[in-house]
Formats: sequence, structure tokens, C-alpha cells
Amino acid sequence: MNYFPDEVVEHVFDFITSHKDRNSVSLVCKSWYKIERYSRQRVFIGNCYSITPQRLIARFPGLKSLTLKGKPHFADFNLVPHDWGGFVDPWIKALAKSRIGLEELRLKRMVVSDDSLELLSKSFPNFKSLVLVSCEGFTTDGVAAIAANCRFLRELDLQENEVEDHRGHWLSCFPESCTSLVSLNFACLKGEINLASLERLVARSPNLKSLRLNRMVPLDTLQKLLMRAPQLVDLGIGSYVDDPSSEVFSKLKTVIQLCNSIRSLSGFLEVAPCCMSAIYPICENLTFLNLSYAPGLQGNDLTKLVQHCRKLQRLWILDCIGDKGLGVVASTCKELQELRVFPSDPFDAGNAAVTEEGLVLISSGCPKLNSLLYFCHQMTNAALITVAKNCTNFIRFRLCILDPVKADPVTNQPLDEGFGAIVRSNKSLKRLSLSGLLTDQVFLYIGMYAKKLEMLSIAFAGDSNKGMLYVLNGCKKLRKLEIRDCPFGDVALLEDMGKYETMRSLWMSSCEVTLGACKILAKKMPSLNLEIINESEQLEFSLDDRLLVDKMYLYRTLVGHRKDKPEYVLLL
Amino acid sequence: MVFEKDLNLDATELRLGLPASSKESLRISNKRALPDMNDDSGVAAAKKCDQETAPPTKAQVVGWPPIRSYRKNSLQTKKTEAETSGMYVKVSMDGAPYLRKIDLKVYKGYPELFKALEDMFKFKVGKYSEREGYNGSEFVPTYEDKDGDWMLAGDVPWEMFINACKRLRIVRGSEARGLGCVV
Repeated sequence: MNYFPDEVVEHVFDFITSHKDRNSVSLVCKSWYKIERYSRQRVFIGNCYSITPQRLIARFPGLKSLTLKGKPHFADFNLVPHDWGGFVDPWIKALAKSRIGLEELRLKRMVVSDDSLELLSKSFPNFKSLVLVSCEGFTTDGVAAIAANCRFLRELDLQENEVEDHRGHWLSCFPESCTSLVSLNFACLKGEINLASLERLVARSPNLKSLRLNRMVPLDTLQKLLMRAPQLVDLGIGSYVDDPSSEVFSKLKTVIQLCNSIRSLSGFLEVAPCCMSAIYPICENLTFLNLSYAPGLQGNDLTKLVQHCRKLQRLWILDCIGDKGLGVVASTCKELQELRVFPSDPFDAGNAAVTEEGLVLISSGCPKLNSLLYFCHQMTNAALITVAKNCTNFIRFRLCILDPVKADPVTNQPLDEGFGAIVRSNKSLKRLSLSGLLTDQVFLYIGMYAKKLEMLSIAFAGDSNKGMLYVLNGCKKLRKLEIRDCPFGDVALLEDMGKYETMRSLWMSSCEVTLGACKILAKKMPSLNLEIINESEQLEFSLDDRLLVDKMYLYRTLVGHRKDKPEYVLLL
Repeated sequence: MVFEKDLNLDATELRLGLPASSKESLRISNKRALPDMNDDSGVAAAKKCDQETAPPTKAQVVGWPPIRSYRKNSLQTKKTEAETSGMYVKVSMDGAPYLRKIDLKVYKGYPELFKALEDMFKFKVGKYSEREGYNGSEFVPTYEDKDGDWMLAGDVPWEMFINACKRLRIVRGSEARGLGCVV
């Protein structure tokens, strides 16, 4: 390759799109490093504190698309205090000052302010795409700035963010000249919007392929929007309530039949089950169905709907579908690859909605299943062993038994053997979440068999340090390890400190790690940041090395300690 | 309400106490409280710490089950919204001197609604059949729908009814016979 001029090499690199591959390519030699960095347009940063925006900008002057992730995963479950960090502001400020022609920004678990959004909207004339997932800190005013100032906006995708709704007219801020929208998702916004503005916006967006509405958009507006945009591929319905005998409803039925490009359906944030029959005609072609935010649909409604969805590849649903309903899914959806079953009532153990039976039915009916998230009330080893026999293609397997230390109800044994079977037969497994009563044995199995595992989530499991050590020693590809409430301590933490440089991060909370051990680790490994998150006042006057650390977050970084840590974080 | 319990920082404060004996017991009480109380192996330890500290109930374990706050809040809001918003409609009865108002959301179905109306106005609804409406009763429940038409209550599914009903009127049986006839 040294005989080729740079332009040729660069052209070859154009075909290399995966981040991992491009990273590898840049390590081959100085010349490739240089060519790669000038031609790189898309960068993914899994931990915003691993690098600074200045270094990013210096290395990749041609940057067009940036993906950033902020808080650790367990922040989703309230384990990380407010204001811990993950602020996007310094990134946007630095990019705005530079010559970077940013076109796309994707953020996950970051704190975004209205000021940042406004700066973003005014600094990049070619800005096209904003995707915010599980972010917080902004209001609809910030969204309005994006709408108003990004002249060529193609994508505005707000997923599951906590947004303060000022009930302003953000939607009306899209200028009449904006006709470039391809994707608009505002399902997570809680406030009212100007329905007439929405209709006009959709009418002047001929390229609109994806539209996800919030619950303030009623059925009659939906009908008008679909009239304007029968070319939609992805639809998220807001409010779906009406009298089936009404004129509006029959108009909807007619117009839905024209929308034969819809492949993905979600929402139904408010729903009258008797209206669901209008949807059946588009079910045949659906590949993705997300009813996980539709608690208004009961088990029978869900089952009736699913019976029409023969081509479904991904299904997100609430557990009120029940084991029987999952049986219907298993016999109908032969193309199913991904299933997520969420609890409709997380704290009520009363109605045992789905159990191991449903999972077994799915595993035997859906041979292509490769990704699972399953919240249930109980699980047995026998069921998991059967699932492992039926399904050997799992990439993601996340099981959450609502009672965190529940044993196999039939045998009263821990679930070690069941999970062991899963890892043994699914050699491509990349992500695993465990639950139920588990001993060190399950970790022995994971260390032995889960050779491709990249992310592992553990809670209330194990007996001793051995458990954690099996994992650290055996899982060579491990990148993210998050542990809560397990009896793992200093011995496990300190055995192989170099391992953490091969990983993105380690989270340990309510385990048995002491302050002293953390100090040793932090001193030995300057390339890692070790944060101790402590909300209690007591840390001030008790720096005893024997103190148990409540929450520890360890991650590799090229840029040392972060400057924006809150008071309750101790950086060693 | 549940979330206030979730953010039970007392549980974390305990953890940062002094090392040695007190730490041990604090540690155990937080963990062992969770296993099923019927599980033999855990019973002894569980009994011991029951006496020492009150174990947190399952609902109080911070961050469990692992569901995104957004999702949890969203399901919770739907519940409380359903609880607080109420769907009040006027109810009139032929011959009664004044009207009443009831909240349709309070009732889970027709039987409950009719029982409440019977209690309120001191009458009996009678037996419902699809063919003949309410037979053998002096009074018949009717409602005005969104189109302004007066309909016999009980024909359509409950969900549909509460969305369509604007007001209720309990009509004298003799007048209502016409409504009951399908043919």
C-alpha cells in the first residue's frame, strides 16, 4: 500500500465505515494514521471524559458527525446523583470556535442546556441532524432554537429525554422555508403543540419518512397528517382515542390503507382498544412494533394485533401480553430477531404477567432471535437450558427477574446452571445482564464460555471475590462491567489492574471495596480516572482507608482528571 | 410516592459508617433482607438482622428493577393522570327536581355505573338484552353522544361509551320502549 498515492489510499478508506475498523487502520503506520485522520468524518466517543474536545478537533479536522455518551449506564436507574457530569456545553463551545463543519450530533445520557442548543443551532450552517437519547437539562426553548435556525435540518430525534415543556411554540419556529425534514420525533415532549403548524410542517416536508408524535396530538390530526404523508416509513402515534362509529375514524381507516410504506409503528400513548382494528391493514408489513408505552392495551388487544404481524423482526411490548400472548407471538412472528418485554407494573408482584413459560415458547417459535430484554416474575434453570438449546444466536441477553435474588421456584436452586447454559451455547454473546439468585459458579461459567462478551451487568449476585475474578480473567473482550450490591472487594479489584486499561469503564456500587484499595489502584494506574461518588456528608471527616466505598466509577482516559466534577465526587 | 421511597438516602448513609462490626451488620442487613424469606439458607441470617434493623421493603431498593426513570415516570404519570382527571357528566332523571353529576372514570363497567345510578335515584335498571334493551323496568338509562344523538346505554363496549358519553338521562320506561327495539 505504500506505493499508492495518498488519494488512492484515502479512497480505499472511504469503504471502511465501522469505527473499530477505522481505529485499527489508523494504527498501522504513520502514513495511514495521517490519511485516516484527515478523511475521517464520523467519530464515536463512548465516554465524554476519555478525551477533550480540543484534542478531537485537532486530530479530525474533517469531522462532520459526532456521537457522545456521558453518564454511566446505571445513571438510568437513579444510581448516579444529579449534576454528576456529562455536560455537552464545553464540546459545543469548542466545536463552535473551530472550523469544524458539524452536521450531525448524537448524544446519550448527557446534560444539554438551552444555551448549548442555541449555540449549536447558530454555529454550523450545514447542521442536519440532532439525536438526543436519555438527556436532560433543556426545555422546549432549546428545541425551538434548533427548529428556527438550522436551515437544512433533516433530523430532530428526541428519545426518552426529560424536557421541561414551556408550552411555547417550538413547532411553529420551523420557518416556512424549511422543507428538508426527513425525521421528526417529539414523542417525549409532554406539552401541547400547535396542531395547525404541525399539519403545515408535514405538508411541506416531502421527504418526511419518520414521524413520532406526542400524546397531545389527537386522532383527527393524525388522520390529516397521514393524508399529507402517506410515504411515511416510521410512525409514532400520540393519542389514539375516538368513537369507532365517528366520521373521523372512518376517514382514518381509509387513509391508513394508503400508508403501505409503514414498516415501524410505535406510541399509542393514549389508546382506546376498540380503535385498534384500523391498524390491522398495515400490520402485515411491519418489521418493528413498539407498544411498550401503551398501557391502555390489554393482553387480548395485544394478542389480536400481533396475529397480523407476520413479518415482525423487532417487538417491544408490556408484560400484560402474558405467557399465552407470547405464545401467539411465537407462532406468528417467525422472523423475530429482537424481543423486549417491559413490566407494566414494576412494583406490583401481584399479577404475574410473564414467566419462564413465555420465554420458552418464544425460543422455540422464533429461530432467528438474537436480542432479548425480558422482565419477569420468575425463571427456572430448566427453562433457561431449553432456551439455550433452542437459541444459539444471542448477541444480547438481558434477563431481569423482578425479585432480585429469587431462586428457581421449582428446585429452589440458584440460576447458575441456566445462565451457564446460555453462555455456553451462545458463542457470539456480546451483552449479558444477570438476575435472580446467583453464586460464584455462574461467573465461572461466564469466564469460561463468554469469550466475546463486551458488556456485563451484575446485581445482588455472587459469594466472594472469586466471582469477579473469573470474569476479569476469562472475558478477554470485556469493555464495560457494572456491578451493584455484590460481595466483591479489594482482592478482586486489585488483582489485574492493567485489565482496566483494556476496558471503557468499571462501575461498582454497594460492594466491598475500600477507600484504601481505590487509592492503590488510582496511584498505580495514572491512565485511569477513579471517581468515588459519595452523597453522604461523612466522607469529609472520615478518610479512613478501611472505609467502604459506596459508589466507584473507574474509566480509562487520555486527559487525566476532569475539571467539572461536583463536590461530592472524590477523584483519586 | 414510590419514588420518594426509592431515593432513600438513609440506605446509603448507613453504608459509610465505621469499619469492623457495625459495618458487617449494616452490610448484611441491606443485602440479606432481599432474599425470599422462605428460602431456608437465608432464614437464619434474615431473622438475625430483622432484629437489628428494619430491612427495606422490596419497593425501596434504589434503582431496582432496572428500568429507565423516563419509562417509570411515564407509566406512573399515566396512572395518576387517570386517577386525577375525572370525567364528570350530568345525570338527569325524568321527574327528579334537580340533576346530579357523576365521574364516569370511577366505574369499571356498566354494572357498577348502573348500581351507582340506582342508589342515587332510587330506581331499578332492569335486565338488558341486545334485542329488547331494558326489559321489565320503569326506567331506562340513556346518554347523549358526541354527535348529539340519544343512545341506549349498554350497547357499546365500556371504553367506547365513556369516551362518547356527554350526559346521561334516565328515561321513563314507557317513553324508552321505542329505543329498545332494534328491528
